[in-house]
Amino acid sequence: MSSTIPGLKRPGMSLLDWRREAMGYLFASPWLIGFLMFTIYPLAASLYYSLTRYDLLRPPVWTGLANYQEIFTTDTTFRLVMSNTLFWVGLSAPLGVISAFLMAFMLNTRIVARSLFRSIFFFPSIVPVVVTAMVWQFLLNVQYGAINASLQALRLPVIPFLSSPVWVKPSLILIQIWAQGTAMVIFLATLQDVPRSLYEAATVDGANEVQKLLNITIPMCSPVILFNLVMAFIAGFQYFTLPWLLTQGGPNRASEFIAVYLYRNAFLFLNMGKASALAWVLFVVIITFTFLLFKGSGRFVFYSGESS
Amino acid sequence: MSFIVENHRKGGIEINMAVWKFTSAQKAGTIKPQGEKQIVTTPGLVIRGALKYAVLIILSITFVLPLVWMAVSALKIDSQVYTVPPIWIPNPAHWNNFIDAWTAYNFNLYVFNTVVKYAVPVTFLTVASSSLVAYSFARLRWRSRNFLFAICLMTMMIPSQVTIIPLFITFKHLGWLNTYLPLVAPSLCGDAYFIFMLRQFFLTIPPDLSDAAKIDGCSEFGILWRIILPLSKPALAVVALFRFLWAWNDYFGPLIYLNQESQFTIALGIENLRREMEQIGSRLMAYPYLMAVSTIVTIPILIAFFFAQRTFIEGITLTGIKG
Repeated sequence: MSSTIPGLKRPGMSLLDWRREAMGYLFASPWLIGFLMFTIYPLAASLYYSLTRYDLLRPPVWTGLANYQEIFTTDTTFRLVMSNTLFWVGLSAPLGVISAFLMAFMLNTRIVARSLFRSIFFFPSIVPVVVTAMVWQFLLNVQYGAINASLQALRLPVIPFLSSPVWVKPSLILIQIWAQGTAMVIFLATLQDVPRSLYEAATVDGANEVQKLLNITIPMCSPVILFNLVMAFIAGFQYFTLPWLLTQGGPNRASEFIAVYLYRNAFLFLNMGKASALAWVLFVVIITFTFLLFKGSGRFVFYSGESS
Repeated sequence: MSFIVENHRKGGIEINMAVWKFTSAQKAGTIKPQGEKQIVTTPGLVIRGALKYAVLIILSITFVLPLVWMAVSALKIDSQVYTVPPIWIPNPAHWNNFIDAWTAYNFNLYVFNTVVKYAVPVTFLTVASSSLVAYSFARLRWRSRNFLFAICLMTMMIPSQVTIIPLFITFKHLGWLNTYLPLVAPSLCGDAYFIFMLRQFFLTIPPDLSDAAKIDGCSEFGILWRIILPLSKPALAVVALFRFLWAWNDYFGPLIYLNQESQFTIALGIENLRREMEQIGSRLMAYPYLMAVSTIVTIPILIAFFFAQRTFIEGITLTGIKG
């Protein structure tokens, strides 16, 4: 694609090359400046802050690895927070992706009003997150909630959705599935892109619907399944707004995820050093997970572009 | 990291390009959704079809009900809020709740702040800066281009939690807290998602067009302005729509940088309303008011979605952008 492959170039650049180079940098300069100011500098600074004690009022005090040491040894809350987060990610990401795939799969069959159904499943994902929080807090409320009122009308026991440590994570997953229309839309577009000839050939060979799903649909969609899974994992690790608005990490810290704990440390306790260390732990965890997902999925993901 | 981007490219980008081609082909009517061919009806098929619609309809109702309940509850007074069984059609309906809730707090100001101080400048700046950068990554030939583009893609993976603390500290030193500058200034530098999306779109425009313009003495900026941008209106619409939506819905940014009531966005206004309603203790009209305001804030999105559904769906299928 590029005509200027380093190494194949003649030594020294012509005037035209210099102009091209300058033009490239000039047009890319907004991003380059932003990259230095809003990515590189904060990354470096947060690494530095993570090695200090810093409360915004006094200048940072170098403490070496003390923050990390605290996080991994004496800080029992961190252990709880991390297990909450891993539980959340491990459950919400696969469930979200599976439910999105199933909905897209249903919509991809021969049905009338497909775009209406698609809109209905998609719309909750563009509702402001604050509204989502308010609506679900109201719906799931033990005293005033419509769901519990309905349960009572059916003479069933009331469920303390957001006020019991046992129920709070399943409730958050319910909301998550309600608002994951993005993944469904991506799946639907991918499903529609699977060549029909494959299904026709399979039909001729006498394959049934389940065989077609397992041997054609899922392999053809596997790169997108991986993509959505990775996105869900990354978002899951950074899950903040809904637990913050709905439960403030409660009850009994059952929904205190790492991003909530980090926010609390940074902006409520003004413990910028520890919060930065938490951020780096989070960053490393995300990179590791993403890497492992890609590594581990190699055998299961089929890239149609490679074989043809 | 480069490995990850490599795979992203395989998994995400190529697929997304296929999707883009597909959606345009579908528009032109060349591809039919699969399975519209054989119309053989057997009892088994009929039962399966009925089952499918039953599942779809029940699911749809489940998806819609929370928002319907929000709108219905907005019309109630406290004594109608909690009843067994729930009331679906409040009688009498208290339409004045919408006005009372809206004016109980400064929501006109919050909308003004969100739109005029935040969403509009950010949308405008993002479109401008991202298309400049995307043009460089797509159509200009320079040595470090592919390397820098790969880095640009990688920045999408950095969690905002890592950068937010130093940025907060910097903006605090600059005296920018409680202004919209921390929220608006970064959009001067483009957004990796949109740079990526616009680049993919620019690549599909035939190079002959810009070559011809170059021969006629058109500058690079002239080519971008006169040829590329006019041909990229659908992609620019996606950028503008999503950036505006993100600003309208944003909670985290304003939560960090804004804490004076005079600077509140809609999201902070709603949260504030809830907090104060809880503090009052009696919870007088708390839920009807909250639901009324939530409904008002959601309606513009519903209208936008109704008119620009195609743009929404295409934007998401193109990049896997978050809604």
